[in-house]
Amino acid sequence: MNAESPKNEANTDLIQGTLDMLILKTLSLEPMHGFGIARRIEQISRGVFKINPGSLLTAFQRLERMGWLDAEWRETDNSRRAKFYSLTRAGKKQLEIETAGWNRRASAIARLLREEA
Amino acid sequence: MFGWRHISRGVRVLIDRKAADREIADEVESFLEQATAAWMERGLNPEEARRAARLEMGSPTAVREQVREYGWENSIDTLFADLRHAMRRLTRTPSFTAATVLTVALGIGATTAIFSAVAGVLLKPLPYPHADRLVALVHTAPGIGIKEMNMAPSLYFTYSEESRAFQAVSLWEIDSWTVTDLAEPERVPGISVSPEFLQTLGVPVALGRGFTSADGIPGGERVIILSDSFWKARFGGDRSVLGRQVRLGGSGFTVIGVLPAAFRFMDQPISLVAPLRFNRAEVPLFQFCCQGFGRLKPGITLVDANADVARMLPIAAAKFPMNSGLSRTLFEDARIAPRLRPMKDVLVGSVRSTLWVLMATVGILLAIACANVANLMLVRADARRQELATRAALGAGAWRIARELLLESVLISCAGGALGAAIAAGAVRWFTASAALHVPRMEEISINPALLVFAACLSLATGLLFGLAPVHRYARLSFSMELRSGGRFLTGSGARLRARGILVSAQVALALVLLVGSGLMIRTALALHRVDPGFSSAADVQTVRISIPSTQVKDPESVTRMEEEIQRKIEAIPGVSKAAMVSWLPMDGSSSDPVYAEDWSPQGGTPPIRRFKFISPGYVPAIGSRLIAGRDLTWADLYNRAPVALISENLAREFWRSPEAAIGKHVRPGPTTAWRQVIGVIADLRDDGIDRPAPAIVYWPLLLKFGSSDTGNRNVAYVVRTSRAGSTALTQEIRQAVAAVNASLPLADVKTLQSVYERSLARTSFTLMLLAIAGGMALILGVVGIYGTISFSVAQRTREVGIRLALGSPPSEVTAMFVRQGLAEACAGLACGLAAAFALTRLMESVLYGVSPGDPATYLAASAALVAAAALASYLPAHRATRINPVEALRAE
Repeated sequence: MNAESPKNEANTDLIQGTLDMLILKTLSLEPMHGFGIARRIEQISRGVFKINPGSLLTAFQRLERMGWLDAEWRETDNSRRAKFYSLTRAGKKQLEIETAGWNRRASAIARLLREEA
Repeated sequence: MFGWRHISRGVRVLIDRKAADREIADEVESFLEQATAAWMERGLNPEEARRAARLEMGSPTAVREQVREYGWENSIDTLFADLRHAMRRLTRTPSFTAATVLTVALGIGATTAIFSAVAGVLLKPLPYPHADRLVALVHTAPGIGIKEMNMAPSLYFTYSEESRAFQAVSLWEIDSWTVTDLAEPERVPGISVSPEFLQTLGVPVALGRGFTSADGIPGGERVIILSDSFWKARFGGDRSVLGRQVRLGGSGFTVIGVLPAAFRFMDQPISLVAPLRFNRAEVPLFQFCCQGFGRLKPGITLVDANADVARMLPIAAAKFPMNSGLSRTLFEDARIAPRLRPMKDVLVGSVRSTLWVLMATVGILLAIACANVANLMLVRADARRQELATRAALGAGAWRIARELLLESVLISCAGGALGAAIAAGAVRWFTASAALHVPRMEEISINPALLVFAACLSLATGLLFGLAPVHRYARLSFSMELRSGGRFLTGSGARLRARGILVSAQVALALVLLVGSGLMIRTALALHRVDPGFSSAADVQTVRISIPSTQVKDPESVTRMEEEIQRKIEAIPGVSKAAMVSWLPMDGSSSDPVYAEDWSPQGGTPPIRRFKFISPGYVPAIGSRLIAGRDLTWADLYNRAPVALISENLAREFWRSPEAAIGKHVRPGPTTAWRQVIGVIADLRDDGIDRPAPAIVYWPLLLKFGSSDTGNRNVAYVVRTSRAGSTALTQEIRQAVAAVNASLPLADVKTLQSVYERSLARTSFTLMLLAIAGGMALILGVVGIYGTISFSVAQRTREVGIRLALGSPPSEVTAMFVRQGLAEACAGLACGLAAAFALTRLMESVLYGVSPGDPATYLAASAALVAAAALASYLPAHRATRINPVEALRAE
C-alpha cells in the first residue's frame, strides 16, 4: 500500500485477507474492543485504512470461530460495557504464519516493482 | 479448518437465533457508543458526537445484517424457510399432494419389497465363513441321459483322499427319524452327513463336539447332534443334554452336540444331524445316493476344481469295485463329468430368474410413477410461471428457483419413500408369512437398515428425477416473455406441451412393456392350468406319511400287512371313498434307477435311468389318475410276489410305441434280476412340477422280490380321497386309525394334494399377480397422462378452436384433431414400448410356459388395449372442445 499515491487515497478497502492479519496484530499487544481495534488500525496506518464496522464485526465472528480469538464482555475505561477480544494461542501462531506470508509476498512484489522501474 | 467452534457456534445460533441477534445488536450499539465517546473527546457535544459516529458507521441495521449473514447456519435457515414454503404450498393442494405421494409410495414400496427378496435371496452370501468357496459337487452323465447327477460315497472317499483343489468335501442327504422314547411318537426331520460336514461349512457347534471320523464308521456308538430349536423344545435348553440317550426308530443315539441357533442349511428343516456311516471296504462304485459339497482351497477357481474332479473320476473307478449286478463298463459308458456349481446357485435355483423379472417389473412401475409425478409437477410449475418469472426478474438466481422446485419434489418423494418403506415392510411380512412367492432362504428376507437406506436413496433419486422436469423448464428460462404474455398462452407454450407429451409417451412405452409381460404371464398361467398333472380333484386328496421302523416290525411282508391294515382302517373313516399308498407323492421327491426292457436294447448298451415309484393296489383311482391300458395291481399280486409292474404312458411309448403294445412285455431293475410283466399303463404324471415335462416312471408293487429277498417300503405316503380333505378333524381320525393298528407311529407331512399342486404353481401365480397389478396401474397412469395432456391442449387452444368453429369447421373435425394428437403421443410410446418389450421379455423366457417371449398375439392384444385406451382418453376432452361457444372463446382470454 502506497500511502503517497493520490489514487489510493480514496481506496480504504483492505486487500483481501489483510484485515484478519491486522486484527490479529493489533490484538497481539493487548485485548481490545471493536472500536478500539478499528481506531488503532486507522491511527497506525495514518488514516490509510478506514475500517468498515460491518466487515470488522464479521471478521471477529470468523476469527472467533476459527479459534484465534476469545471474546468477553467487560467494562471499558470510560465505564461502558464492550466486547473485548483477545488473542488465543492458536491466534498467535496464525499471526506468525500470516506475517511471514505477507512479508514474503510484499518483498516479492517490491522486487518486481524495482525491476519494472 | 472447519473446526469444532464453527459447528458449536452455528448450532447455538440455530437453537436461539434471538439471543445471537441480541448479542450482535449489543456489540454494534457498543461500537457506536465508543465511537461517540471518541468524538466527544475531540470536543463535540454528546448529540453532535452521536450523529458524527452514526454518520461514520452508516446504518446500524445494515451492519447488523452484514454480521448476521456470516456463518453456515444461515444457509440452513434459508433452506428451512424454503422447506416451510414448499410444505405450505403442498398442504394448500392436499389432493395433488396425496395423489403424488401415494403414487411414489406405491412405486418405492413395491421396489423396496422386491429388492428385499433379491437382497436376501440372491445377493446375500450364505451364512458361513468364506461362503463363496463352497461348491456343490454336481456331476453330469450324458452316457445314461442324466443331466444332473449327485454324489456317490465312492467319489466322496476319492475326492477326500486325492483332491488338490478342495480343502474338505462332505456328503449329506435328507433324513428323518421317529423319536420313540417321548410321550407321543414324533417324526422329526434332519440330515445325515459325513463326519467333516460342519468343518467344511466352517460352522462350530454351540455346545458339545462335532462329528469325528470315528462317528462315520459302522459298528461304533451311534451319535447325534441336535438343532437349537429341537434342543430348546425337547430338552428345555438343558446344557446337561450332552451324553443323554435318545431313541430314534428304536435304536439309541447319544447326544454329542447342539447346533448354533442361526444354523441353516440348504433350506432344509433340520431338528437332528446324524453321521452317515460307511464301511470303506464295502463301498461300491456306482451308488449315487447323496448330495455333496466341498470347500475350495483359497485362490482355487471353479474351473480348477472342475478340472481336478475330472482328473479324479478315473481314479475312483480304479479304487472302487463296480456294484454287483451292474455292468463293469457302466461307469465309463455313463461318461460322468463334473458340473460343479456355487452352493448358493444350487440353493437359489430357478427362483433367480423369477426374482429378476419381478425386480424389473417394479422398477418399470417406479419409472412410470416418476414420469407421472413429473408430469403433475410440470402442470403445477406451469400454474406458477408468473410468480417464478416475477421472482427471476427481481433477481432470484436460477439455483434458488431450482432449489425451491426441487425441494417440493424431494418433499413429496421423501413422504412417498417413508410411506413406501411402511408398505414394503407390510408386503415383506405378508409374503414371508403367506409363502406366496415360495422361495428358498425365505427366513433371510427382512426389512433391515440397509434396505431402509436403499428406500431413502430411491426416494431422493426419484424426487430429483421428477423434480428436474420443471427445473429444466423454469429455472433458466427467458422470463421476459413469460411476463409479457401476462398469463396468456402464446406460441412459447409449445415447448411446455412437448415436454409433457414426451413424458406421456414414455409412460405409454413402459406401460406396454408391463402389459405385454402380464399378457405373457396370463397365457403361461392358462397353459399351466390346462396341463393334466396326472392326478385330479387334488383338493379332495389328503396325504400323510408314516414310517415303520425295523426295530418294531422286522420282515417286509409284516410291514406291508401292517400298512394294509392301516389303509383299511383309513378307508373305514366316514367320508373317505378311497385310500392307497405310494413311496413318493407327486412332485415330492423321487428316486431313479436303471430300467431294463426285454426286447428293447438301448444305444450304447447302458439302460436308461427312469423314475421308480412303489404303489399299493388302488393307487391309480385314489390319486385320480387313469389306467390307459391293462389292469391295476391286486393285494394278491403283492403277497404272492407276482412278477408284475406298471409303467407310465410315455415309458410305454418310448419302449413299445403304444400303451397297448406294452401290456405283457417285460421289464426289470437290474441285468440279472427276474423279468417282470407289464400289466398296466398309467397316465403320465408331471412329477417334476407342472411346468416340467412328465418323467417316465415305473410303478413297482409295494412288496416285491427284486433279488433273492423281499423288498418292502417302510416309509409310505397315504393318499386319502375324501371331500373332508384338509380338515383337522380328518387328520385326527386318521391319527386314531393309525394308532388303532400301532400306537407308536407318528403322522408326518400332513397336507392336501392341492397344496402340492398350488406350490408348483405358486411362483407363476405370484409373478402373474404382481405383473397384472403393475400392468393395470401402468395402464391407468398412462390413460390419465394422455387425458391430462389433451385436456391441457384443449384448454390452451380454446381460442383457436373458437376461430375454427366460427369459420365453419365441423365439430367432428375438431374432435379428430385432438384425438389424433393423443394417438400420436400413444403411438410414439407404443413404438418405443414394442422395442423395449421385445428386448425385456427375453428376461422372462425361463418363467414362461407354453408361450414364447415374442408371442405376436400378446403384443397385438396389449398394443390394441393401449391404443383403445388412448383413443378414449383423448376423445373425452377432445369432445368437450366442440362444445366451445366461438363467441365466448374469442372473448375469453
